[in-house]
Amino acid sequence: MAAMLRIVNGRVYDPANGMDGVVRDVCVEDGRIVADVPPEARKIDAGGMVVMPGGVDIHCHIAGSKVNLARKLQPEDHRRDPHLRTRFTRSGTGGTVPSTFATGYRYAALGYTAAMEAAVTPLGARHTLEELQDTPVIDKGFFILVGNNVLLYRLLQEGRHEEFRHTLAWWLSATKSYAPKLVNPGSDELWKGGRNANITRLDEKIGPFDLTPRKVISAFIGAANDLGLPHPVHIHCNNLGHTGNYETTLETMRIAEGRRAHITHIQFHSYGSVAGKSGDNPTSKAREIAEFVNTHPNISADVGAVMFGRSTSMTADAPLAYMLRRFGGGKWVNADTEHESGCGILPFTYQDHIYTNALQWAIGLELFLLSEDPWRMVFSTDHPNGGSFMSYPKLIRLLMDREFRKEEMAKVNQAALENSGLRDCQGREYSLYEIAIITRAGPARLLGLTSKGHLGVGADADITIYEENADKELMFSTPRYVLKDGELIIEDHEFRADHEGRVLHVAPDYDPAIEQVIQPFFEAFYTIQFANYPVDASYLHHHQVIPTTAQMAATGSPAGS
Amino acid sequence: MSDENIRIVPDATCTFCGCVCDDMVLTVDVQQHKITKSQNACVLGKAWFKEHGIEDRPFALIGGREATTEEGIEEAAQILARARFPIIYGLSDTTCEAQRVAVAIADMIGGNIDTTTSVCHGPTGIAFQGLGESTATLGEIKNRADLIIFWGGNPAEAHPRLFARYAVTPKGMYIPNGRKDRTIVLVDVRRTASTPVADIFLQVKPRSDFEVLWALRALVKGHKVDPSIEQRTGIALAVLEDLVARMKSCRFGAFLFGMGLTMNRGRHFNAGALLALATDLNEFTHFVAAPVRGHGNVTGADNVVSWQTGYPFGVNFSRGFPRFGPGEFTTVDVLARGDADAAMIIASDPASNFPQPAIDHLKRIPVITLDPKTSVTSQLARVAFTTATYGINVAGTAYRMDNVPITLRPAFASPYPSDEQILRGIRDRVRVLLGGNRMPVDTSAAAAAL
Amino acid sequence: MAEMMTLIGGRSSKQGTALCAGKLGPEYLDVSSMVEMNAEDMARLGLRNDSKVRLRTPVGEAILRCKSRETKDLPRGILFMAYGPLSSQLMAGDTAGSGMPLSKNLEVEVEPVRD
Repeated sequence: MAAMLRIVNGRVYDPANGMDGVVRDVCVEDGRIVADVPPEARKIDAGGMVVMPGGVDIHCHIAGSKVNLARKLQPEDHRRDPHLRTRFTRSGTGGTVPSTFATGYRYAALGYTAAMEAAVTPLGARHTLEELQDTPVIDKGFFILVGNNVLLYRLLQEGRHEEFRHTLAWWLSATKSYAPKLVNPGSDELWKGGRNANITRLDEKIGPFDLTPRKVISAFIGAANDLGLPHPVHIHCNNLGHTGNYETTLETMRIAEGRRAHITHIQFHSYGSVAGKSGDNPTSKAREIAEFVNTHPNISADVGAVMFGRSTSMTADAPLAYMLRRFGGGKWVNADTEHESGCGILPFTYQDHIYTNALQWAIGLELFLLSEDPWRMVFSTDHPNGGSFMSYPKLIRLLMDREFRKEEMAKVNQAALENSGLRDCQGREYSLYEIAIITRAGPARLLGLTSKGHLGVGADADITIYEENADKELMFSTPRYVLKDGELIIEDHEFRADHEGRVLHVAPDYDPAIEQVIQPFFEAFYTIQFANYPVDASYLHHHQVIPTTAQMAATGSPAGS
Repeated sequence: MSDENIRIVPDATCTFCGCVCDDMVLTVDVQQHKITKSQNACVLGKAWFKEHGIEDRPFALIGGREATTEEGIEEAAQILARARFPIIYGLSDTTCEAQRVAVAIADMIGGNIDTTTSVCHGPTGIAFQGLGESTATLGEIKNRADLIIFWGGNPAEAHPRLFARYAVTPKGMYIPNGRKDRTIVLVDVRRTASTPVADIFLQVKPRSDFEVLWALRALVKGHKVDPSIEQRTGIALAVLEDLVARMKSCRFGAFLFGMGLTMNRGRHFNAGALLALATDLNEFTHFVAAPVRGHGNVTGADNVVSWQTGYPFGVNFSRGFPRFGPGEFTTVDVLARGDADAAMIIASDPASNFPQPAIDHLKRIPVITLDPKTSVTSQLARVAFTTATYGINVAGTAYRMDNVPITLRPAFASPYPSDEQILRGIRDRVRVLLGGNRMPVDTSAAAAAL
Repeated sequence: MAEMMTLIGGRSSKQGTALCAGKLGPEYLDVSSMVEMNAEDMARLGLRNDSKVRLRTPVGEAILRCKSRETKDLPRGILFMAYGPLSSQLMAGDTAGSGMPLSKNLEVEVEPVRD
């Protein structure tokens, strides 16, 4: 496809290349950004419009067995929100957990061209890859849950650090995944084997293991950094949602000790405590958390903002989901995966008059507004936990438009607002440049995707063109054009073509002899044959391996080229 | 017989039932296209492997006349494109890759898609939508469960290795003594081959499972239950109280339940009562419930239809988007009411176990079948394709009853096409006939303008 | 001389192996045309192993051969048969809006067939 295109007259926001609304041409050939194209190339007149790289969602839940359980769970959510087929695109259903085709098309319709599924059990990697193949347009990858992995725990407690590292590399390669994910490390064994207990302190012994969450977190941070992975360990800290949990978060970030680590949906981990009438109430510690991230360049985070309305809580943090159930009392799913992870799911609605929900909403905004480095405090709602990805345009408006934010603040529980610091940072407004950083350039850089999130020569031609509008929610809801790999997917707000995106994955090197360590564990304890466990290449259609730093050095070529 | 003629296929998967055991070691006589030995297979698996060779049959039959696959595809595409209420059914004995194409066809033609789930654990799916469930992969049960309750099923005859490989006898990480570390309870209306395996057998009166489960829920929550429960259900109050004590005090409990609950008076209420009981028990200890699935890839069908449409079965696309309707779009109903005017039955034989009114209607409409063997349904079909057998000739993905996806390792090749190949052919031809996906309101001018 | 009893349809090991050989084969037809009946009920109705009985529901009827079971295994008033073409003839199409027809605990009229 040597399709050539020139986008003219648009205001280009390309923070990775320092462009802040410059009117300049963007040229596309053969799926890439190029310096120039011949005069006969098709022109797109983007006059009065804003040109950005396609959006990159660093953390969402869109594909795999946990997502599919949540999908099956809520027919009422789908009935409200049909997704009609067209002559050439598939039908589906929406709600907070859309069907796969609807997910891909709707992300594209918001101008997103890449997304990372944030939590997959290695045993279920095949399932995620099948669903991702049925998720059109966007490029995608997934993080595998390793933070409660029984074999890795055994190696760690025996001090077998080298083998731990090789085993982690094996697991990433075997599952065709993108990054290692930790969720409430240490909790799984207590939940499954301890009659639904949970872990609460970083220095607490993890059941039968001679380990603590601190040791586990540090080991994974170290191994991921030693492996030179494009994205470091992605951490869902202990004590999510608990009053006073900000100390756990600060302590977890300190464990990194200068090494790269990513704290996900950090809003849910930013709560202080104040004595109330019947127990302690949460308050905002966004200032403390933001300050730590601001002053520690090795730490990155995505906010995990809460948006009012329906959501679905779906998490590998099974004890958390069970706790949340007590607030709603409705349907609840628990699904254990042998030796690897837990899972909890329940529908949840955030309401502006409820103290905790309003506080969460305020903290999310605070974290954005207090951030001094948008490259390291990036955009997310932990879709669909904090809110659906369909609410992204509204969140963008809240960040860019302080009048609108003020109106919204007037509607929420005022006591919650008092216990947050939102009024103090209310003055700030995000610029388009900063939005381009937190929704595109920043996530791409944090993920190590050097050919995404920017419009420099050589980048993937994933481009979104929005019509300028004072109402930023409207502006970001419906791009005029979306290009994926240089192909016009959306033109004049309508779908023109279907498209299959790529699976992005890592293949870190490991010593093949490590299989002699792994196999006996499988034979003794798993219920699937060792030979059948790794995912074979037949599940990868369009795909791209993103190299580790060692692999880059060996070939001398940058990642993603 | 030379050595070159014998091939050993280790780590192969048996897809006869929902256990989807992937530790088969198959001995293949390559020349004869036969599996002569299937080590680790249970009696059902052995029959599965033994009986699926290559039969000398036409590639397709159209109106009873021999035809090529291509001719069959043309005829099938014409039937589906012309129909006003086409239905697709079955799918539980084929790969996920084929299932995905089947849903694509249903979407394209605005038809109905349903799987054997609707007559198996469909009610469990309906209960799940209302309550959720606490569940686990089979490896959790093998390694941790010290109390296992089988309800409304006869694994000894329908899922033999559920006992041997997953739930009763195997040693586990926290179950070092295997069987001795477990208490096995069985609940059924009659004694079966499974009964001797149990430590405790509860013989309930027919049609009283719901009352027993509800009484157990009440006892778990600390309410009083009247001793007249024995008259109603056949189970004494003392027995129920003992069971509740065991359930609350175990370390990791598991229900494994079957058709005795779903195919009975109460259907999804029965399944819901059991799921709710398992959920309630999590106040006291870790407890899970897992439905025992019949066919090899019915779980895959549930997953595929769910991820592509949002709903697990009984889905209709006639208005341009998926609509879910048990009782309305489930196949027994659609056929019994006489709504369907064409049917494609994939890897299933409804004419041999559906209610008679549904079978009668199948005889009245054009039917397309895809099956490796002649079946009651293929005999009444307008177009009957002979296909290769999944897991034996065809690679692809199947999901075990606990949602674990497993890649199949075929033993030997077949001259016949796979379900996926045929369905792709049909899909491509229908796309040409309809000019793309069928739009619910056929505004020809708008279509022509595109 | 007809009596009402409860019929349970289900799977059996023989039915499972037989269907692999083929649903039109003699083995499958054989296993799915047999009904298990309580020994005391059989005695009262004057039936022996392999005697023919007619089972009738509002939808249809089927003739099967019976096989005796002890009361401790199969209580009085209950019948068991493996799924197959004959069980279909007895099943109604009404699913009570659930999609699932009833194939267990069907009320059937049982009558010995005199040759």
